Amino acid sequence: MELNRLQRSFLEYTAALFREGFLDSQFSQLYQLQDESNPEFVVEVVSLFFDDSERLINDLSRALDQTNVDFKKIDAHVHQLKGSSSSIGAQRVKNSCVSFRNFCEVQNIEGCLSCLQQVQQEYLLIKNKLEALFQLEKQIVAAGGAINTVEWML
Amino acid sequence: MGMAASDSQFHVLAVDDSLIDRKLIERLLKTSSYIVTTVDSGSKALEFLGWHEDDRRNTDETSVSPQNHQEVEVNLVITDYCMPEMTGYDLLKKIKESSSLRNIPVVIMSSENVPSRINRCLEEGAEEFFLKPVRLSDVNKLKPHLMKGKKQEIHESTPPQSQPSQLPTPQSSPPQSQLQQPPQPQEQQQQPSQSSNNKRKGMDEGLSSPDRTRPRYNGLTMVSN
Repeated sequence: MELNRLQRSFLEYTAALFREGFLDSQFSQLYQLQDESNPEFVVEVVSLFFDDSERLINDLSRALDQTNVDFKKIDAHVHQLKGSSSSIGAQRVKNSCVSFRNFCEVQNIEGCLSCLQQVQQEYLLIKNKLEALFQLEKQIVAAGGAINTVEWML
Repeated sequence: MGMAASDSQFHVLAVDDSLIDRKLIERLLKTSSYIVTTVDSGSKALEFLGWHEDDRRNTDETSVSPQNHQEVEVNLVITDYCMPEMTGYDLLKKIKESSSLRNIPVVIMSSENVPSRINRCLEEGAEEFFLKPVRLSDVNKLKPHLMKGKKQEIHESTPPQSQPSQLPTPQSSPPQSQLQQPPQPQEQQQQPSQSSNNKRKGMDEGLSSPDRTRPRYNGLTMVSN
């Protein structure tokens, strides 16, 4: 049956994301806050995260491109990105921010540039994966089902 | 207790400069059936709380303007620590230094686990310190603080009730010399803490001392004691 297949795909897909460290338990916490009165909560918060991240990554590129690099400002941006990625459970993005801040602290430009690249990669990865996940959710709902997050035992 | 307190709905003011975190904390609090207001800065929080520059604890002026009148009742403030301009700690301090706001319980949230930071906040009177990301289990810890806040309001607005207590049964003392002992008024609040500098228990001490009474429960709109 189509619905069962879709639901199973959903579970397998999310299991892989957790297993591979793309997402941590905070992501499942988001679903606990979603209900009939707020059926789009997770998508809304994640969309905010996408917007926020893109803006911050752009700001970071610009800041690192300056002749006189303002490490304090860069650190502030990374701190923000670390916060928002942590809030939605985007673990790999969060971790790459941690390394980034370390390089900021010692004012190592090369290190920062390399971290920025990593942050960007991780962000694009999780963005693709979450968009795919939400697509799957849409299909499940369209097929008359509901997503099951009870099995995310974390 | 005669006061019919509407303790069914608590109003929480959440302060965070991050939009995502504001959305999260709002949902977390609403899920727990609290009324929520979110603001993105400490200064906006103070504005919402009706804080005024000269609203300090030991003010002695007898102005007739309703300076200390809190516009909207807030039962708890939960604030992020790291914010530009005014940190959560600064906000906490201002609230605790304000004669009209000092009884509002304050909770601090932070993404960074810095023990000295945590201690500083608790010393300054924060009820709890949550590490971000904040979870439902954290929000569940707020209830007792909210109840305490409500209880204090009730105590400040009604005179302390004397609890009926058993009169001591006379043992061997002859009836004539037995002193008539009035029923002891039960202490409504906890024991006062040893050190008056212990800000952590700041809310518990001095409930009966008049200069700590929140103005709007005097029946007057200003305080002068």
